[in-house]
Amino acid sequence: MTIVFQKTRGLTDVETHYCPGCTHGIVHRLVAEALEELGVLDMAIGVAPVGCAVLAYKYFNCDMHEAAHGRAPAVATGIKRVRPENFVFTYQGDGDLASIGTAEIVHAAHRGEKISTIFINNAIYGMTGGQMAPTTLVGQKATTAPYGRDEAHCGKPIRISEMLATIDGAKFVERVTVTSPAHVRKAKKAIKECFKVQIEGKGFGIVEVLSTCPTNWGLTPTEALKWLEDNMIPYYPLGNFKRPEEVE
Amino acid sequence: MAQAKPKIRGRVTFNEDICKGCGLCVQACPVNIITLDNSKINAKGYHPATVTDMDKCIACASCALMCPDVVITVERL
Amino acid sequence: MAKVLMKGNEAIGAAAIEAGCRYFFGYPITPQSELPEYMARELPKVGGVFLQAESEIAAINMVYGAAGAGARVMTSSSSPGISLKQEGISYIAGAELPCLIVNIMRGGPGLGSILPSQTDYFQATRGGGNGDYRLVVLAPSNVQELVDLVIEGFDIADQYRNPVMILGDGMIGQMMEPVELRKPKQRELPPKDWATDGTKDKRKPNIINSLYLAAEELEAHNQRLQEKYKKIMENEVKVESYNIEDADVVIAAYGTISRIAKTAISQLEKEGYKVGLIRPITLWPYPYDEFEKINDKCKGILTVEMNTGQMVDDVKIAVKGKFPVYFHGRTGGMVPTPDEIIDKVKKIYGGEI
Repeated sequence: MTIVFQKTRGLTDVETHYCPGCTHGIVHRLVAEALEELGVLDMAIGVAPVGCAVLAYKYFNCDMHEAAHGRAPAVATGIKRVRPENFVFTYQGDGDLASIGTAEIVHAAHRGEKISTIFINNAIYGMTGGQMAPTTLVGQKATTAPYGRDEAHCGKPIRISEMLATIDGAKFVERVTVTSPAHVRKAKKAIKECFKVQIEGKGFGIVEVLSTCPTNWGLTPTEALKWLEDNMIPYYPLGNFKRPEEVE
Repeated sequence: MAQAKPKIRGRVTFNEDICKGCGLCVQACPVNIITLDNSKINAKGYHPATVTDMDKCIACASCALMCPDVVITVERL
Repeated sequence: MAKVLMKGNEAIGAAAIEAGCRYFFGYPITPQSELPEYMARELPKVGGVFLQAESEIAAINMVYGAAGAGARVMTSSSSPGISLKQEGISYIAGAELPCLIVNIMRGGPGLGSILPSQTDYFQATRGGGNGDYRLVVLAPSNVQELVDLVIEGFDIADQYRNPVMILGDGMIGQMMEPVELRKPKQRELPPKDWATDGTKDKRKPNIINSLYLAAEELEAHNQRLQEKYKKIMENEVKVESYNIEDADVVIAAYGTISRIAKTAISQLEKEGYKVGLIRPITLWPYPYDEFEKINDKCKGILTVEMNTGQMVDDVKIAVKGKFPVYFHGRTGGMVPTPDEIIDKVKKIYGGEI
């Protein structure tokens, strides 16, 4: 008898506050497993965002900072410059990273800051109750876009991975999702590869994870997975945009 | 009669108390042996996921991979 | 060490390095840019890191990260830039991290001017950011005092796990004076066992945080902060005073303006007037008790500032209605002259105001 799957010690025993079926939980686990499997958990320092993952500092079993909204890459920069030997990561949502924190993420990438970022894109503001995000799809309804996002009024959703991939300092950029066991495996592979870029001192890395928000999308958890596949993947194509071999 | 190929058998254990009844594992199971137990309400107030026919489990861990709450442990027998 | 002639802004950098600060995160703004320029040049020579951030907001959040990771770290800016840093300052105060923040003040509000002013007194002493927090605010009047306060400021920050602000005006940043880098008084500094440097599997995770969702927890956190602030008020007040036991008029002034006040006072003394001075060196904690020592016959307190009277509130709190409080100030980069002060003192003497 062998254990095929058990909880990683990269997570604490604290039960998450996430809604049923929210994929934050899956991504937390993948990050924690990657930290453990790469042997950097004991030297990791994470930075939590403002948004649904604001309490991530309770869930990751490593040193953590809680940052102001959008500022996680700047906080991580401060940490990494002081402790270059430690592994430093940020975990941020789309309001945090793609709206209020665009300057911080762009410039952290631009400096080639040796940190790793996990970016949760669920096309909505979850914590504050379903307002329009910079990543909300055209036509998608949100509490501050009650008639659906109107491109003429507020433009199209922002594609962060494509944008960051244009920056020299960003050495690893990949977009994944977690809507099926196969996608979860791919997502973990991407996270580990991204983390290795930091461990090997090559520069900035980001993994964008297309995620669900069943509560604010008004769908069941399984319906939400399907909605993501049918609506988000066509606009936010999955795949690797950049890895070190290609730039060197 | 030809001997059937020995099948991989597994066992999954659900920490039912922390299950949020989201059903992602139900959908992920390739042998359709997971269900939400409507006869039970756990401490969190959800119908927890449970296995109906453990003999059919193939230890693929698909359920555990999809579980957002790390409820499931998977063993290969 | 022999005295060397240094410009205020550069002297801050030299003092910080002397104090063991090895990390500086900043963003250019007049009239303090000589400081980041100095750090960019000097920090790499001592194995430190100077990083020019993309904004003041990013710079203060880098300070938050570096301070949480256990480093002696600082940032500097001038008034509008300090406004941008308020979010981070509130987080740093909430998470109880030590750091040094330098504000070389310029005119406001808004973009204001690049000329010297003291218009950020409210922001510095009342908290420009959200929440019940306090900064230790140090207001030097000459370059030697500036370097002394920078060096001691890092120790105060570490002792209390609290951000410390150096509040200088554009004049002190730009003026050159001879300085000597001196050791501050010996303090018992607590170990930074709360810092994030990786658990190394030897301890529970350290968490740098200012979020307390439960009402009871946040209240307890605030009470703890208030107890700490009370200790700072008891232990860290710094003030210079002159002739307040005998003066008929006492001038209250801080920073470089106190030097102009002193010039006015010596002129007035030559003419037979008895004028005292209270110069707060810590603007928070404010030296309220010093005003108790003013003699009962005093005709009034004249507050002199390069603003429209922001310290007047504290002076009024300090004198508790015992003496009338007058004000003379200039703004926009205009500096009060000794003659203006002399004129105002004579009017108080003559009962004209």
